[in-house]
Amino acid sequence: MNILIALSFLGGLTLLLAFLIFIANRFLYVYEDPRIDKVNELLPQANCGACGYPGCRPFAEALVGGEVLPGKCTVSSEEGRMSIAQYLGVGLGNEEKKVARLACAGGKNVATKKANYWGLETCQAAALVSGGGKSCFWGCLGFGDCERVCDFDAISMDRFGIPLVDASKCTACGDCVDVCPKDLFSLQPLSNRLWVACKNLEKGEAVLEECEVGCTACGKCAMDAPQLIEMKNNLPVIEYGKGPQKPEAIDRCPTGSIVWWAEDSQFVKGKESKKVIRVGER
Amino acid sequence: MNTDSLGYIFISASLINNFVLAYFLGICPFLGVSGKIGTASKMGAAVTFVMLISSICAYTIHYLLLRINAPYLQLISYIVVIASTVQLVEMFIKKMSPALFRALGIFLPLITTNCAILGLALFQTSKDYDMIQSVIYALGAGTGFTLALVLMAGLREQLDLADVPKLIKGTALVLLVAGILSLAFMGFSGLGNQ
Repeated sequence: MNILIALSFLGGLTLLLAFLIFIANRFLYVYEDPRIDKVNELLPQANCGACGYPGCRPFAEALVGGEVLPGKCTVSSEEGRMSIAQYLGVGLGNEEKKVARLACAGGKNVATKKANYWGLETCQAAALVSGGGKSCFWGCLGFGDCERVCDFDAISMDRFGIPLVDASKCTACGDCVDVCPKDLFSLQPLSNRLWVACKNLEKGEAVLEECEVGCTACGKCAMDAPQLIEMKNNLPVIEYGKGPQKPEAIDRCPTGSIVWWAEDSQFVKGKESKKVIRVGER
Repeated sequence: MNTDSLGYIFISASLINNFVLAYFLGICPFLGVSGKIGTASKMGAAVTFVMLISSICAYTIHYLLLRINAPYLQLISYIVVIASTVQLVEMFIKKMSPALFRALGIFLPLITTNCAILGLALFQTSKDYDMIQSVIYALGAGTGFTLALVLMAGLREQLDLADVPKLIKGTALVLLVAGILSLAFMGFSGLGNQ
């Protein structure tokens, strides 16, 4: 008798629930474009937000909805973008690859300290204590917040505490741009070869006391490339697109603060820039 | 203090007999989803919601089982009913509020098999709570769960910045903190006895 009660109760219960779910599935079914899942699978699932959407799935929805083209995703490989474009029958819409560039070159071998900072080993924390320990208020603090925040292992700190960006791994997601308390990172197209690796707004000797590779605002680069470079607030500002970029513009820079990206991840300094003599921690 | 009063039931479930820190139920989400305060509080809200639903279901099932004199079917029926009710609720949310569905996301189906949910159903039956008491008990348990999760997430967010030995970084440290939190909650155990 007991077994009958158990069987019928459980049987009835499960049948009832199955029926309920069946009905619910009928009335509450939400149509989702099956292509969204497929496109989502083809995306890198990095959820980095470089495309301007919250994550890969919202981007896939936008792709299927025809709002954007696959080229917006800078993380996926060329083949990945191609396969999405073929699957959806749309153009590739390639965007030029961007990389994060650091506007500072003052490692601890060349930049002086005004104070010793003791505390949380992060740039964000150090920047709160009167701007960190470096003499140069604008300079890189070197605790590697950008290295930690990078999801793609593209940033590594060199032995002088300056982040190096591996352009082949950088996806231009912008995480390092957001995390840097000194706003030193910016996303630049790879074709922007000319670059000012300094943000110090002082000029002349005042700069050299703080950093050997700082921009002294002598203006020689602006004279050598008059259309392209303009001096603003004691810093050269490069107006990309206003003229052809030539490596000659950096030749007369005395401190080597304006540089030329000869390769994607490696820059060269001008011929006349003085060699950094003092090497090692101070 | 009257142990059947609603206030006592709520305080007891949320603080004195906190599901996570005193009964050690639902440790999986406690360790897994306590990385950020934002997700932790969302997870807490989702668990509270499922607890409320399953508490009502469990009460009804218990009532029916007593009617047909088959209380030995309690455990298995609870599992079946809770799982399918959550499934139904999930479908309903997906239809009515896609935003809420995305916010709860993977948490909802995961919660279904959470031992804290089943524990709640079994406890309320063994304590012979009536309908209103059950609901308050579920609310208290859910609040306690959320409290534990949010406390843990807050601590972990701070610990991310701390300079800790490499040896205990990660899960080991989280377990240590969980133990200390649990000890702290043991301090509530005398509450209401006078």
